[in-house]
Amino acid sequence: MTVQTQTVPRTHVLFTIARFREVGILLIILVLVAAVGLRSPSFLTVANFRDILLNISILVIVALAQSMVIITKGIDLSVSANIGLTAMMVSFMIKQYPDFSPVAVVLLGMALGSVLGIFNSLIIAFGKVPPIIATLGTLSVYRGLVFLYSEGTWINAFEMSRPFKLIAKGTPLGLPNMVIIAIVVAVLVYYFLNHTRTGRDIYAVGSNPEAVQFAGIRKQRIIFLVYLLSGLACGLAAVLWASRFESAQTNTAAGFELQTVAASIVGGVSTSGGVGTVPGVLLGSLLLGIIQNALTLIRISPFWQLAVQGLLILISVVTDSLILRRIQTRGSPRGGQMGGPQGSRK
Amino acid sequence: MTENILELKDISKEFSGVEVLHNVSFSLRPGEVHALLGENGAGKSTLVKVMTGVHQPDHGEIFLNGQPVKFTDTRDSRRNGIAAIYQELSLFPDLNVAENIYVGRQPTTKTGRIDWRRLYDEADKLLSSLGVNLDLRKKARTLSIAQQQMVEIGRAFSINARILIMDEPTSSLTLNEVADLFKLVRRLREDGTAIIFISHRLEELFELADRVTVLRDGFYVATRSMGEVGHDDLIRMMVGRTITNLFPKQETAIGDVVLKVDNLSRQGSFENVSFELRRGEILGMAGLVGAGRKEVARAIFGVEPATGGTIQVNGKRVTITSPEQAIRLGLAYVPEDRQIHGLIPQMNITANITLPLIHRYAVTGWLRERLERAAAYRAARQMEVRANNMWQNARELSGGNQQKIVLAKWLSTNPRILILDEPTRGIDVGTKAAVHALMSKLAAEGMAILMISSELLEVLGMSDRILVMREGVAVGIFTRAEATQEKILWASTQTISTGTVTGVVP
Repeated sequence: MTVQTQTVPRTHVLFTIARFREVGILLIILVLVAAVGLRSPSFLTVANFRDILLNISILVIVALAQSMVIITKGIDLSVSANIGLTAMMVSFMIKQYPDFSPVAVVLLGMALGSVLGIFNSLIIAFGKVPPIIATLGTLSVYRGLVFLYSEGTWINAFEMSRPFKLIAKGTPLGLPNMVIIAIVVAVLVYYFLNHTRTGRDIYAVGSNPEAVQFAGIRKQRIIFLVYLLSGLACGLAAVLWASRFESAQTNTAAGFELQTVAASIVGGVSTSGGVGTVPGVLLGSLLLGIIQNALTLIRISPFWQLAVQGLLILISVVTDSLILRRIQTRGSPRGGQMGGPQGSRK
Repeated sequence: MTENILELKDISKEFSGVEVLHNVSFSLRPGEVHALLGENGAGKSTLVKVMTGVHQPDHGEIFLNGQPVKFTDTRDSRRNGIAAIYQELSLFPDLNVAENIYVGRQPTTKTGRIDWRRLYDEADKLLSSLGVNLDLRKKARTLSIAQQQMVEIGRAFSINARILIMDEPTSSLTLNEVADLFKLVRRLREDGTAIIFISHRLEELFELADRVTVLRDGFYVATRSMGEVGHDDLIRMMVGRTITNLFPKQETAIGDVVLKVDNLSRQGSFENVSFELRRGEILGMAGLVGAGRKEVARAIFGVEPATGGTIQVNGKRVTITSPEQAIRLGLAYVPEDRQIHGLIPQMNITANITLPLIHRYAVTGWLRERLERAAAYRAARQMEVRANNMWQNARELSGGNQQKIVLAKWLSTNPRILILDEPTRGIDVGTKAAVHALMSKLAAEGMAILMISSELLEVLGMSDRILVMREGVAVGIFTRAEATQEKILWASTQTISTGTVTGVVP
């Protein structure tokens, strides 16, 4: 039929995008950098790029964890509330005991975040609750706990010790600690996802959930693990957040879950599971960071930020679903037979 | 006598009160290809699932190398060297070939890192020992079905399978791919692997199998050496029943042509299918799963429109591109999979029945529930649906009652042409007879019915004429008088490759 022959060249383009997703984002970033650089010279300075890196470090850490969750076909909406609650608890503690060692604070934050993550793990892996519902629930619960715990008050900069404030911003190694931590996390996650059995199992679970048991993979354990890791990342992020902004408020990190999901999806992580790379997520985070920075520099209202972010998600998802549909109808010669409701044309 | 590697003795298995295997015995020798043959529903799949530990038998024993064994799950049977390749493949589309073979068992270094070099080396060695040539770094998603099967076979042998079960492995392969697969199977046999091979294509079995075991209605019929049986013997062993009054077919006056299909084609599914359907007639469509019958029906109903040929309804040429249009033309389509296509399980009986005609009860934009309820009640009464009340959710009903609701739903649209896809699959005998009686009654009242059925007895018992399809082509039409089980089985199992199809073998 004529309709089919027309779509063939488009398929090729989509395939190229699919295969070189990272290249595509990189191109968009370069174009964006050039365009903004022309309008606003202060954009193309070392100081500004340091600023961008500083701004996206926390995003990178949590987005990488979020990606692992999404690769298993899940989602963790509770990350922002986890960060808010952990940041509040850690800050209260540092107010109480200003001499607490920074390293210990980081470890404590990670432990607290993990505990909050494990609640998600239990509900999803063993309670069989759909991830979106489970984490939407814990999102509210954790945010509610922030209010209960702090009784509506907040911790200010003067209540925090200097070593604590330097956790994020100190530069003993040249770059701010926060940036270095984000790089270390990225390397670890890259190694974990690509070179360990458990990491590959994460892809397998998302790729064909029905078949994993035949391959001797314990699906429940993998699901449990990814939400635990997400919590762990949130704990780390919470300490960095409190340290960087020198405060812990009841609305700390509110709305941040959307940014992590956006960075993952824009970076090529597929919501249908099984697909996603660390470089992609890094680029996705970078793109979000640059847009945020650029909008401020060229004096566009920050209110646009959310809209732009949403638009990016939509574009990525639509491209993905188009690619996926092509691959599915193409990949199987039995396409017609499998038909099904999603295969039928409207 | 050769020692059996696997032996099943007097296996019985029942599901919710219905016994699907009755004292079935089966034995397998190393280095043989053993065909498992039977009609749909004969119990082949259940038997295979007993061997692989998916199901546990209610009675009977399994012996592996003479030792009694009990498999609790598929992992258990795999550990014991039994691997199965099902029709739905279980690969991971986003992982590559080598990883798919070793997923969950990748070789690692001392530090826990995956040893990619060794992984690729071993995968390479394994596949070349099987004589399979595949790019190890290609994602499974991009492989053809045949290549995916090769990967599955590779996976089976990476766990040192000594027993390989293949469930209709050829059903979606091209002839060349089948030849490659057979080459591989023969090679495995020479190495002493025992292979259980399930296929409906008898020619393939004659070409490949050493022995054959036939099942019928869950009973063991016989095990024969392939050399001592013929095509006809096998068919007789598979069928071997007589038709009872499960099929209350009434003689009806056949009227004018209401649906005429000429050279209907859809790329990749079927080609040049032509037939006529008359008022009061039941036209049965027989053939194997995947022969293209369902696709023809879906094309006529506009779900996946045809790409060539013409359709005439009541003598007028029409182009049907959507089900809405088909419904307006007086067609109704009752799909096979009630759970997916036919019912909305979360909705109550009333809502399910009135779904296609909801606009009729919502003339002013508001749903007039009294009208809706009355219409649904009438339809449910007519179909003798058994339920507590009309507000019960469809999900809570038995399979038979669900099917009745699907029928009630479509009958409430007053169709003149009714397409039924496997109308009685998976429902109990009582409901089956009721559905058949209803079909008969509808036909007597002048409805034209196109019935797809994989159950031969149903086709023979209910149809005025029978259209047989094979590999996307209509290979013959039989009248009720001339049709026999043997003829239809023969027509639907002949492989196209044996020559051009000019007519139907008597």
